[in-house]
Amino acid sequence: MTGKAATLPKTATLKAAVVRTAGTNCDAETVYALERAGAAVDMVHLHSLMRAPEKLADYRIVVFPGGFTYGDDIASGVVFAVEMRERVLPELRRRLADGALVLGICNGFQILVRAGLLPDTDGRSNAAGLGQEASLQTNVSGRFECRWVRLEATTDRSVFLEKGQIIECPVAHMEGRFVTSEELRGQLAETGQLALRYTAADGGEAAYPDNPNGSRLAVAGICDPTGRVLGLMPHPERNVETWHHPHWTRGTAGGAGLSVFTRAVSAARGDR
Amino acid sequence: MPTTNSSLALAQVTVKHGLRDPIAAHAFDLLRAALPDAGVRSVQFVKAFVLEAPEAADAAARALREVFADPVSQACSVGSFPGETAAQIESGALVVSVTRLPGVMDPAESSCLRALAAAGIEASGVRAVRRYVVTADRLDEDALAAAARDCLANEVIEELRTGAAFDLRAVHPAPYHFERIEVALREADDATLAKISGDMCLSLTVLEMQAVRAYFQKEGREPTDVELETLAQTWSEHCKHKTLGGEVHFTGVGGERRYDNLLKETVFQVTQDLDREDCLSVFVDNAGVIAFDDEHGVCMKVETHNHPSAIEPYGGAGTGIGGVIRDILGTGLGAKPFLNTDVFCFAAPDMAPEDVPNGCLHPRRIMHGVIDGVRDYGNRMGIPTASGGLFFDDRYVGNPLVYCGTVGLIPRNMVEKAARPGDVIVAIGGRTGRDGIHGATFSSVELSEDSEMLSAGAVQIGNPIEEKRVLDALLVARDEGLLTAVTDCGAGGFSSAVGEMGELTGAVVHLDRAPLKYDGLTYSEIWISEAQERMVMSVAPEKVARVRAICEAEDVELTELGTFSDDGRLVLYYQGEKVADMPMSFLHDGVPRVAREAVWHAPEIAPFPWPEALTESSGAASGAASGGTSGTTLGDNLKAILSSWNVCSKEWVIRQYDHEVQGGSAIKPLVGVQGDGPGDATVACPIPGNPRGVAVACGMNPRLGDHDPYRMAMNAVDEALRNITAVGADPRRAALLDNFSWGNTSKPDRLGSIVLASEGLRDAALAYGTPFVSGKDSLNNEFQVGDRTIAIPPTLLVSAFCVVDDVRRCVTSDFKESGNRVYVVGVTRDQMGGSHLGLVRGVEGGEVPVVVPEESNAVFAAVHQAIEGGLVRACHDCSEGGLGVALAEMAFAGCVGVSAALVQVPFEDGGAAEGESNGACDAALLFSESPGRLVCEVRPADADAFEAALSGVPHATVGTVNDARRVTLTGLRGHPVLDEDIEDLRAAFTRPLAEGAVR
Repeated sequence: MTGKAATLPKTATLKAAVVRTAGTNCDAETVYALERAGAAVDMVHLHSLMRAPEKLADYRIVVFPGGFTYGDDIASGVVFAVEMRERVLPELRRRLADGALVLGICNGFQILVRAGLLPDTDGRSNAAGLGQEASLQTNVSGRFECRWVRLEATTDRSVFLEKGQIIECPVAHMEGRFVTSEELRGQLAETGQLALRYTAADGGEAAYPDNPNGSRLAVAGICDPTGRVLGLMPHPERNVETWHHPHWTRGTAGGAGLSVFTRAVSAARGDR
Repeated sequence: MPTTNSSLALAQVTVKHGLRDPIAAHAFDLLRAALPDAGVRSVQFVKAFVLEAPEAADAAARALREVFADPVSQACSVGSFPGETAAQIESGALVVSVTRLPGVMDPAESSCLRALAAAGIEASGVRAVRRYVVTADRLDEDALAAAARDCLANEVIEELRTGAAFDLRAVHPAPYHFERIEVALREADDATLAKISGDMCLSLTVLEMQAVRAYFQKEGREPTDVELETLAQTWSEHCKHKTLGGEVHFTGVGGERRYDNLLKETVFQVTQDLDREDCLSVFVDNAGVIAFDDEHGVCMKVETHNHPSAIEPYGGAGTGIGGVIRDILGTGLGAKPFLNTDVFCFAAPDMAPEDVPNGCLHPRRIMHGVIDGVRDYGNRMGIPTASGGLFFDDRYVGNPLVYCGTVGLIPRNMVEKAARPGDVIVAIGGRTGRDGIHGATFSSVELSEDSEMLSAGAVQIGNPIEEKRVLDALLVARDEGLLTAVTDCGAGGFSSAVGEMGELTGAVVHLDRAPLKYDGLTYSEIWISEAQERMVMSVAPEKVARVRAICEAEDVELTELGTFSDDGRLVLYYQGEKVADMPMSFLHDGVPRVAREAVWHAPEIAPFPWPEALTESSGAASGAASGGTSGTTLGDNLKAILSSWNVCSKEWVIRQYDHEVQGGSAIKPLVGVQGDGPGDATVACPIPGNPRGVAVACGMNPRLGDHDPYRMAMNAVDEALRNITAVGADPRRAALLDNFSWGNTSKPDRLGSIVLASEGLRDAALAYGTPFVSGKDSLNNEFQVGDRTIAIPPTLLVSAFCVVDDVRRCVTSDFKESGNRVYVVGVTRDQMGGSHLGLVRGVEGGEVPVVVPEESNAVFAAVHQAIEGGLVRACHDCSEGGLGVALAEMAFAGCVGVSAALVQVPFEDGGAAEGESNGACDAALLFSESPGRLVCEVRPADADAFEAALSGVPHATVGTVNDARRVTLTGLRGHPVLDEDIEDLRAAFTRPLAEGAVR
């Protein structure tokens, strides 16, 4: 990486891992957001974890950033999820049981869903990949969509979020429409696992393009039953500076995305 | 490769019944449009994989369950059709299947194999197939195939089959048996030389062939085929720029003059004369580099990929962006790309099918393919595509233009490079295949009706993830100081890369070491293949092991091809036998120079034929509009211009590009309350957490080039710098790039216009103090249909990039608050030549806008100072459609109204011919495209300070921002002349390229 941030709050104690592989492309800005939030961050290649999954024990936060891992040519996140199944996934579950946090952004969310870590209603993902309960499918528009959205946190279950909180940040994806059975969707709504929804500017129900992919119930992100795993399609790491917001020249300061990372760091440190 | 005990199986996947499938929906729309009378009722999309494995059927079943199919949303089956599609086939649905031709890159295949391996499923090959199950009232297989050919497949790279059955067998290329080939040249007469050049697709002229013959006569031996191929690649117009770097004798406008080297004496010369301290590397590397901060430089390159995009738009455009990204990776010892730009020129997307010449794809299809190609490559690379433009003219029908640019960041101590004798020649990245053979020579010839057939081999398909891996590995190797030089494999493949890097040393290459995608390549093909995603590095022998380890960690293949030598010769071996041995000096300096004739006579320019209705400037603003361009009011004409292809919103394109990735986006391509206002320039910060940024913009107006190429060039520079100024960057710190796309410059008038354009660039750059640091040309953009030739308009793209110390001082073009004053800065003249008013009215004539650099300089400097001082709330340039379009865009982007009095606009009677009605001036004030003008919004409290900053520069308050959400203008006589709801203006602007409008 070519640059280091100008000023960083330094706390060397809390370690976070950003897991990357071929085609990961939001790693640098995700590292930066975590560092801004006070974590000490390592970029870790998936293949080194496949060889030595026990490395995960070093980290209290594990982040799967955005990108097009291996090109997403079969479907988004598939190859990564398959590579992770045998050795990395069991270790990740042990870390979760141990109180670690897991965050998946965009392609990372797609990977977590594919791997069965989200919504994970019964913790049953296995090495043959049979634990998948939901799916992120092609946007209704049929196109890649890059635009800013307004998110509302609709759960008090997730350690990454505060219920009622509004976060504006961009989406940039082709496959972001959250699909699952009617029954499971109802269950997730009830248990507070539908963690984030797209809203209109006035806070009302979001139609396209406020809901950029056509997800039912405007689902933008979900959490697991413990609230310690979060996956979302939008990119909070792309709104961590005042000048990130599209209306900053109109007086609306950016930076709201940073809270996802600062809340994660303080939760992982045991402050909350 | 097929093994004796392997079998084949077809694994098929489709979206479950009742769930939405946007891919099928899109195919349905396309087929319905292509088959209006067939009564198409439904289209189902089936993704199929031909699996080659020891126990293929079992492997396919497991692969579907564990890898290929999504259990939540997809149905799947082995052999038979999955889910609902089986029943549809039973009841007579038709099937059309599309798969890549053998040897054409399909990135999906390698990711499938990787996933299968990770899941522990043994398989030796995977081929992906797209299948469409079509139900229709009146349709047969032939009609379906014909329609699919037009909208679902491209037979240049794909094979199309009909029928529910699918023959699984694939053609595997025959193995290659080495044979050293010599070409009998020494005794050949001129006719034979021409025939050899043609037969081998060398694109060398007889004069050049004579030089080759003379060399080998002197050597006393015949050349090998690969020696001829190497000379053809190195001497190609694409690599050598024989025309623009050549001798030119010009007659015509401004008198007779001679250039020994046109580019060196115009564009390069200015850069030398300006000698700006912040220029770190100019015209010597893959991209020009200027200073960013004390530790970093910033570099930019813009390339064209026109010919491949005409034949196969998706692959052509994708590899266009892939190629220019590699240019940045290959600048110095490697730069990190952080921004992509794209500018496309097409014929109108609504062109009547019967007007599309034989051998051309429909412009709408080219547009979709090109946009998809740039999207899929740029987005996967994780580089924001955040700046660009679209320009339409029907003369681009046979030669669409695809300009792709990349901006990168490089440590200042990594800018210099030089391969040293003894260094190892290391190739990294993709394997070599038969793709893109003769791309460099192909790009230097005219296209014709037969090109689609002849040049399929010149089309490359990209694999962006391969390139992303190369990027990741390269930057690590660079930062560890392991490289002495690096360059990309572009046109000409290894031959160009090694030939350039070893020009001063010499090189020995063992061609049989290059890893191949498949068997059957000859040593010549390996040497000149333009297979994508490859870089060549020079590495000291003791450091190769470390580079190899880095590459292994990133899953990048590395090969030691040979060594750089010290004898100044290029020597090639295949299986130990020497197949080429030539001095680098002959390769690089042996091409005979030709003096070319150029001529340009200024065309007669008639006065602008003002439509009668527009000269009645007292005409009521609310006059009855009859809609479209037939409307007679200024408002109707404003809306017509906003709806014209060049001006209208490109949001549909921009939002398909990830313009936010890397988290550096400070000024976005779309601005305003609803994110639908066009920004002037993009600003991005390459270092996380550091508010130092780079502004990027461009200027281009081919409509001026037919009339006055010199002024066109000046205008392009002015526009690029105006856009840079409008966001708050300092235009005096900008650097420029030139990209010429022209017709056949062996015709003297085409070359004449390029001479004038080069002189325009020279004069503008000198006057503005902005050096050119890189450039590229694409000539021969003419299309032959029978005896008719369609030449593109002379198309000069000027790109500007500029360091911004603190992006938090930047501004956007949307009006901010009611009550603020609106200023016009700079002089408007009656210069309607090439204007968009003329375009929408269908008339020609009028003076071509004249750039007065001293005026523009003063305007830009003063506005920049005002923005730096925080005195400007919004700023927008006046370009296509003039002041009228600028005010409209600022108003609807800000969701506010504006009222202005045209009488206040600083005006000078420019070229208005005598006898023209003075009444024309309302329209001229509104729609003239005079350069050097900016519109600024200023708070009343800042007005004095703003005016002080602008002292000595023509400027005036023309009106105020208000809450009325209307654009309201009074004319010279004080009457209202325009009164439009901003929502009507917004609709006019967004409608033409909105969703669904251009399927």
